[in-house]
Amino acid sequence: MNKAGERLFNGIIKENPTLVLMLGMCPTLAVTTSAINGLGMGLTTTVVLALSNAIISMLRKIIPDKVRIPAFIVIIASFVTIVELLLEGFIPSLYSALGLYIPLIVVNCIILGRAESYAYKNPVIPSLFDGLGMGLGFTCSLTIIGLVREIIGAGEAFGFSVMPDSYIPVSIFVMAPGAFFVLAVLVAIQNKVKMEGEKKGKDMSKIGSGCSEDCMNCGESGCSARKFYDNTEKGTDGEKKSETDTKAKADKEEITEQPEKEEKEIKTEKAAEEVSADE
Amino acid sequence: MSDLMKVSSNPHIRSKAGTSKIMLCVVLALMPAAAFGVYNFGINALLLILITVASCVCSEFLFDMICKKKNSIGDFSAVVTGVLLALNLPPNAPWWIGLVGGAFAIVVVKMLFGGLGQNFMNPALGARCFLLISFTSIMTNFECDAYTGATPLAVLKSGGSVNVFDMVVGRTAGTIGETSMIAIVIGACFLILLGIIDLRIPGSYIVSFIIFICIFGGHGIDFNYVAAHLAGGGLMLGAFFMATDYVTRPITIKGQYLYGVLLGILTGIFRIFGAGAEGVSYAIILGNILVPLIEKVTLPKGFGRGGEKI
Repeated sequence: MNKAGERLFNGIIKENPTLVLMLGMCPTLAVTTSAINGLGMGLTTTVVLALSNAIISMLRKIIPDKVRIPAFIVIIASFVTIVELLLEGFIPSLYSALGLYIPLIVVNCIILGRAESYAYKNPVIPSLFDGLGMGLGFTCSLTIIGLVREIIGAGEAFGFSVMPDSYIPVSIFVMAPGAFFVLAVLVAIQNKVKMEGEKKGKDMSKIGSGCSEDCMNCGESGCSARKFYDNTEKGTDGEKKSETDTKAKADKEEITEQPEKEEKEIKTEKAAEEVSADE
Repeated sequence: MSDLMKVSSNPHIRSKAGTSKIMLCVVLALMPAAAFGVYNFGINALLLILITVASCVCSEFLFDMICKKKNSIGDFSAVVTGVLLALNLPPNAPWWIGLVGGAFAIVVVKMLFGGLGQNFMNPALGARCFLLISFTSIMTNFECDAYTGATPLAVLKSGGSVNVFDMVVGRTAGTIGETSMIAIVIGACFLILLGIIDLRIPGSYIVSFIIFICIFGGHGIDFNYVAAHLAGGGLMLGAFFMATDYVTRPITIKGQYLYGVLLGILTGIFRIFGAGAEGVSYAIILGNILVPLIEKVTLPKGFGRGGEKI
């Protein structure tokens, strides 16, 4: 049961999609002009993410490997359409504020990323909570970015005036450059906290994140608690501990680095043979 | 070894003059324009200049202290940034504009990218554009005790006529340091005579701007119109003091000409086709961003490279 809670914690704090994985930058930068917009966008994405994760996880044994991306897109697009129509019907103000960015949730890389790296390989309940955790993490970061931008750029928080009357809003913060400023500062703070934690000897990398007993099917090649190694990754455990920064990175590396690692291993073996032959 | 093999970022200068001496010369060269601004607009202009400089220097000092870096205010580049920024502010701006602008210029545009030599954009101009976007109404309000009404460039844009002689002397509305063409040119001559700047960038900038204005300005080769565009706005200040910034200009000589021409064309486009009357600061910032590309294109051929293959 802890697994669900662990997935939520993982999504919100450890692998926060915006501040740690740096995914979904387009909505992050574009719609966070106010806290309410950030919250709306985050929750919309959360709903789509959780439901599509659950459905993809249910269908993971049926979807053929070769056409899995189109299949994911179809599932995600269906949910986005449902959410879009619901928003248009019930919260038209949010619908008009988010505009084009609602249909664009279809190609949001957080959703595709979670489908590919988690939901496609794991059972339904963990996938659902993985989606919820990631979505809530996204919501938190978007709301914080939106809140900071709204307070500095308009002197308001969630639409209520919070600054004294003499405060002159720095309107650049509700424009595009402000999004970059705030995001950069938040990421810097996050990195600083992480570095301080590591200095004190805490392991701030993601031990056990997403880790059931089933390491074979786990998408996280960078996991330092990995118990089971398939052939290509044998003996690279030591190297991997250092590259546990972000999951996205790790996922990419898993795809691109395997051939290289094989080559390296072959080379080192050859070198070893040569050395022994020389001797 | 460490003395001989010194690895540092630009400005790379082979001379006894260090960075601090050059920066002091630039500050001196800016003094005529600043003095005329104070004479022209009154005591508030002086206060604004002092606050902006103090803000820049304090920001750099505090940033170095907080980040536990070597104190770098000794190179006077923060003073140059402060004076340049203050000369770009309207004379009746509230004091906190200088404070915020100075801190932004030093901390965000310069220090966060690694300090002097690493900044990709002129700090003073970056801060000016930040202020212009953030506090548009304050930054474009040039009314003060001495002058009411629009700047000469805004009058030109709306089709009115201006007194070119007043503009050359500087008795017009505008930012603190940009109004007097004479004062700026005196400072620029001082720098050119000392060899600190050369005419490549300002020359190509101004010539290409004149050609652009003659072709697209809608007035043909009209001496008054061209002279008003040259003397009005921040063109002179930008061409001599900001476009020539060692850190943010191209290093290659061909690149410097290209950079100047580019700035001239961009300024012309912003002034004639843009929404606002002035475009020098945006043109130079855009030019700053293009500098790496310009340097890539104009990289000189290595000795023995190129030519016909036999």
